[in-house]
Amino acid sequence: MDKALIPDGLKRCPFPIFALWLLALLAVIGWGVYAGLTVLLKGLNVTGLNNYFGFGLYITVDLAIIALGAGAFFSGFMYYGISRFFPQLKELGKIINLAVIIGFCCYTGALLVLLLEIGQPLRGWFGYWHANVHSMLTEVIFCITCYAIVLVIEFTPIILENRKLDQVKPLHVFGHSLHELMALFALTGTFLSFFHQGSLGGVPGVMFGRPFAYRTGFFIWPWTFFLFTLSAMASGPAFTALVCRLIEKATRKRLVDHNVYLMIAKIQGGLLLAYLIFKGMDTLYWALDTAPSFGQKLTDFYRAPYGMWLLFAELGICGVIPAVILLTPKARENNHLLFLAFFLDCVGIGINRFVMTVQAIAIPVMPFDEWAVYVPTWAEWAPCVAMLCYGAVIVSLSYRYLPVFPQEKELNR
Amino acid sequence: MSGNGHSEHPESAVRFGMVIDLDKCTGCGACTVACQQENNIAFRPDESNKLRTISWMTLYRLENGQDYPDHRVAYLPRPCMHCDSGHDAPCTFVCPVNATKRDETTGFVNHIPVRCIGCRYCMVACPYHARSFNWWDPKWPETMEAMLNPEVSPRMRGVVEKCTFCHHRYYRARDAARAAGEDPDTVLYTPACAEACPTGAIVFGNLKDPHSEVAELSKDSRAFRLLAKLHTEPKVIYLSRHAWVHKQSDNGL
Repeated sequence: MDKALIPDGLKRCPFPIFALWLLALLAVIGWGVYAGLTVLLKGLNVTGLNNYFGFGLYITVDLAIIALGAGAFFSGFMYYGISRFFPQLKELGKIINLAVIIGFCCYTGALLVLLLEIGQPLRGWFGYWHANVHSMLTEVIFCITCYAIVLVIEFTPIILENRKLDQVKPLHVFGHSLHELMALFALTGTFLSFFHQGSLGGVPGVMFGRPFAYRTGFFIWPWTFFLFTLSAMASGPAFTALVCRLIEKATRKRLVDHNVYLMIAKIQGGLLLAYLIFKGMDTLYWALDTAPSFGQKLTDFYRAPYGMWLLFAELGICGVIPAVILLTPKARENNHLLFLAFFLDCVGIGINRFVMTVQAIAIPVMPFDEWAVYVPTWAEWAPCVAMLCYGAVIVSLSYRYLPVFPQEKELNR
Repeated sequence: MSGNGHSEHPESAVRFGMVIDLDKCTGCGACTVACQQENNIAFRPDESNKLRTISWMTLYRLENGQDYPDHRVAYLPRPCMHCDSGHDAPCTFVCPVNATKRDETTGFVNHIPVRCIGCRYCMVACPYHARSFNWWDPKWPETMEAMLNPEVSPRMRGVVEKCTFCHHRYYRARDAARAAGEDPDTVLYTPACAEACPTGAIVFGNLKDPHSEVAELSKDSRAFRLLAKLHTEPKVIYLSRHAWVHKQSDNGL
């Protein structure tokens, strides 16, 4: 039915199966849209947020998926930027299209959820008009928008490579010209993403009234600024590889060389180790110096249900274990261990974003105040799950109708 | 017309602050009720969920943790601290849209509801929980609407709000001074909570005037600030002669 749109020489599942898959995803998206409309019409009282928990699931998911979407900026930086010095990084060209598409889904999805996040969505533009240059959130608003635009520009030539669209000469020329300029956009995106990943880290780090989140740092930037950027670099490409593997499993095809996975594993392993070292130093300095200077000790911050187990889960199970696997040649040769490591890496970053947003504000700073617990409602879960399905729709359509993986034909002969 | 002191008198020697004597406070709640009435604070038919209520002046109950007959109780009214730290208040520093700013002439930490986008970053940054979010559209019983204070705009759903030290009273006092041909910069005023307090536990005035009652009380040996270690430099100062109350003012003091 849609054969004319499918890239030449590639096989795809029958259209009815694909349509059913899309329908299932759209059903979940519909649930999310319903929840979103409920939030917009009734207000944030339908969420589990309250005066203690101003930040909740929306922010956590936003931060997590933006970190995981960093595969786009970091892979782009490696492929378009430094591969001229390290030619082996050219291998990343085999997965770069998917990285861009995932980045696009993550950033646009985050913007959609952000729309629900604020109490006055119609005033969203105030962030540009009345910008407070001292606020980390201002930097986030500007950079996230600019980078989403850059991702649209990066995604466009991939869309224009569709078999039918490519036959239209002006579109072909336009798409080809964009390809020529892609290095410029990739490096612009790197610059923007570096700052906004950092600013997302700055959001908790600058709150000097909140001892759990507050960090000292370099000049105007708290250490969390750099840690968030580094952790995004250490997890984004792992998420891209994980999604690629999921598509391979679902389609029962090989889409990229195993070498690409191994290269990503080595890079992620090194970055994750570096992150863990710096994060460990940061945690120690905070626990032994910053927090005590505010009259609080480490154990004050970890109470049920946000107990010490979160720290061990984040840095131990989802930090040290994947780093060891990814840096051990024998372990990363094992596919199960390799993708388990990628998965743990991504989960660890998710926990980190949760801890720095939700747990950070559960802790009562006033000694006579109460410890609070936050439970998200369906109106928060639904848009977040729907956003993932939105990403799945974009990736599915892209995989079916666009030449996303340059190696696919040769690997599946 | 109400003026904005900041643009007119950037060198002003005014720093409004509040002293609350916890030894005098009986916990009667008159300050919270007066604040609610004065500032058109909305309420819900069911106010049992205290994490969703709007309160500019929260009354905390402190206990010394001992059993009878040594059991002791104190009440701590908590308005916005109008933090005065050098690098700005925790809330003003983070607001992405400049909806909350400190007026450097008076020391008021102001909040502009019509500019607030409801991101709640200020609430998260404030360690005193001094800010509330409007989770619902404000509604008052019909008969009460006629009693709303015309000097304070009701806030709409989706924005944050907090204690303003009743700054509308300050601007009214300035206008009255101008009309009387007096210097508006020297005016004093009393916020609703201080006016309503039956025991005189709340004193308000210019902290920069060494002869003012509030400045003298702030130097009292019983004086302390909440969470002094955070260096938010609150302009609300508490008094208590009890060590156990002091101990609860700051972690690990």
